[in-house]
Amino acid sequence: MKTRYSFGGDEHIFVEVDEQMSLEAFFKSLSMTNAVRSSAITGVIEICPSNASFQIKFNPDVITPAEMLSVLEEIEEKASHTDHNLDTRIIEIPVYYQDPWTHETLMRFRERHQDPKVTDIEYAARINGYDRVEGFIDAHSGSPWFVSMVGFVAGLPFMYQMVDRSKQIQVPKYLSPRTDTPKLTIGYGGCFSCIYSVRGAGGYQMFGITPMPIYDPNQEVSYLKDFMVFFNPGDIVKFKPIDRATYDRIVADVNAGLYEPKIRPVTFSLDDFQKDIDGTNQKLLDVLQ
Amino acid sequence: MTIRVTQPGLSTTVQDLGRPGYFHLGIPISGGMDRFALRAANLLVGNDEGAAVLEAVFMGPALEFTVDAIVAVTGAEMTPKVDDQLRETWTSFAVKAGQILSFEILKSGARAYIAIAGGIDVPMALGSRSTYSLGGLGGHEGRALVVDDELSLGQAGLGAKSGIHIAPKLRRSPGNPAELRMLPGLYWHRVTDVSGRNFFDDTWQVAPEADRIGYRFRGGRKLEFVDREQPFGAGSDPSNIVDGCYPYGSVQVPGGTEPIVLHRDAVSGGGYFMLGTVISADMDLIGQLQPHTATRFIEVTLEGAMKARRGRQNLLDELRASLD
Repeated sequence: MKTRYSFGGDEHIFVEVDEQMSLEAFFKSLSMTNAVRSSAITGVIEICPSNASFQIKFNPDVITPAEMLSVLEEIEEKASHTDHNLDTRIIEIPVYYQDPWTHETLMRFRERHQDPKVTDIEYAARINGYDRVEGFIDAHSGSPWFVSMVGFVAGLPFMYQMVDRSKQIQVPKYLSPRTDTPKLTIGYGGCFSCIYSVRGAGGYQMFGITPMPIYDPNQEVSYLKDFMVFFNPGDIVKFKPIDRATYDRIVADVNAGLYEPKIRPVTFSLDDFQKDIDGTNQKLLDVLQ
Repeated sequence: MTIRVTQPGLSTTVQDLGRPGYFHLGIPISGGMDRFALRAANLLVGNDEGAAVLEAVFMGPALEFTVDAIVAVTGAEMTPKVDDQLRETWTSFAVKAGQILSFEILKSGARAYIAIAGGIDVPMALGSRSTYSLGGLGGHEGRALVVDDELSLGQAGLGAKSGIHIAPKLRRSPGNPAELRMLPGLYWHRVTDVSGRNFFDDTWQVAPEADRIGYRFRGGRKLEFVDREQPFGAGSDPSNIVDGCYPYGSVQVPGGTEPIVLHRDAVSGGGYFMLGTVISADMDLIGQLQPHTATRFIEVTLEGAMKARRGRQNLLDELRASLD
């Protein structure tokens, strides 16, 4: 891991913590952006963490590009000496896998898929070595996931699977992007899962749908009244498979203003995780029980 | 105190100077694509420079006024008409209650800014009145205007009057070919030296896929990539990177074929490498490019970018001084 700094025009600095994705790179990116935020640097406008890199937008009339660079290098130096603990929250996201809405959509765009004869999840299961879709769903919903980036469009979380790299699910994106994706689709591309926050174009494979809104610009959903975007980078997610009846019940509860997402505070230690992945994950998941 | 939309135009949205601060959650800054023209329109009608205006792309709307108002139109050359009487662009004029403001066809540029004294009074969303259509946020109901929409107006300032004019030398418009200065960087090292030179040597054309999210260009030579084994998580195409943040103005080239310059409604990140970033001083110009416009990318240093930035600020200061 070698940090690379590059200016994005006169108003951005782009910091690549590592060329490749890893939890270590994400963690370093997140701790550096947290340090920038808590330093409250005059002239900093936006602090955007992503998977293995981050970006700062600044006003170069207030802080020169050279000053901005040296401040970040100092923060990097400090970040390498801090402990790798993160106070965050774990959230259970109900998922109706193989739902009728994403199924209808994937059938409409079959000619854009690598394997038009099977569904997205059947394809993903096969190329990741699962004989049956059920086993694949167990893997997707069995481990926790780190929200490593919120973006692309408003409120959309990218999630990175917290398992050993050898067990990580990987799938290509569609050969050519769809022009439609149902809102709240659980998607997958590369090594990232996502939840489409709004309806629209998309290239990720579609596995299912959640009944739980994650973005509401009108702020009518009960748990989005304080802020319209649900996710933050650094959140931990656990998917929970649900059936149609549960899906319908949650939709009704959301509409009635009664649904409360299951959220618990947790502290994540990268060192503990690296020493014992399964044990650390089990402790995280126990918090939800 | 309202105006009623009798024809919406192609895509007319409420915009101000945007909502910084939420890009880390995927909510872009939005706001006028040509901020210089937006500020000028507001100054002409006595508004704060950042008051909400209408941004009309390629085709103007028709608006029925229910109240007397002072109006100015800047940006694209799209001659305004008040009940079929021609008015000048870059010059404030009066519209009376009951009259209709409409537009001739587009002569040059791409986006007209229609400022009305008092500003468009839609609710603030995250500190701005700008429309972010993809997220259904801000502006009028989070979307472009449609027939029969009614927009409220704010209280006009005392200084609002007709006949205020901005001289042509204080306006900015893209040349032919348009020249966009770009600071190489970000993932510039992914392309070969020859491709890097070709990129600046070639003349590109604005593709039809050009909107508030980004402008696509075509017609230049395909980029060749430096060989490498793709990093874990990046995807198999040599133009892929591990998904990262996209700066405003960043130039991504999916598959190495057609550069896309992200603009005010930018997607905040993704998995395509970027060659560099169009400098802040030239972002306004992109908002005035029509499809098929010949365009060159001009290499610039960071010092050059800062100098251009000061030049643009000086022009804005001159504009303000000329209206004092």
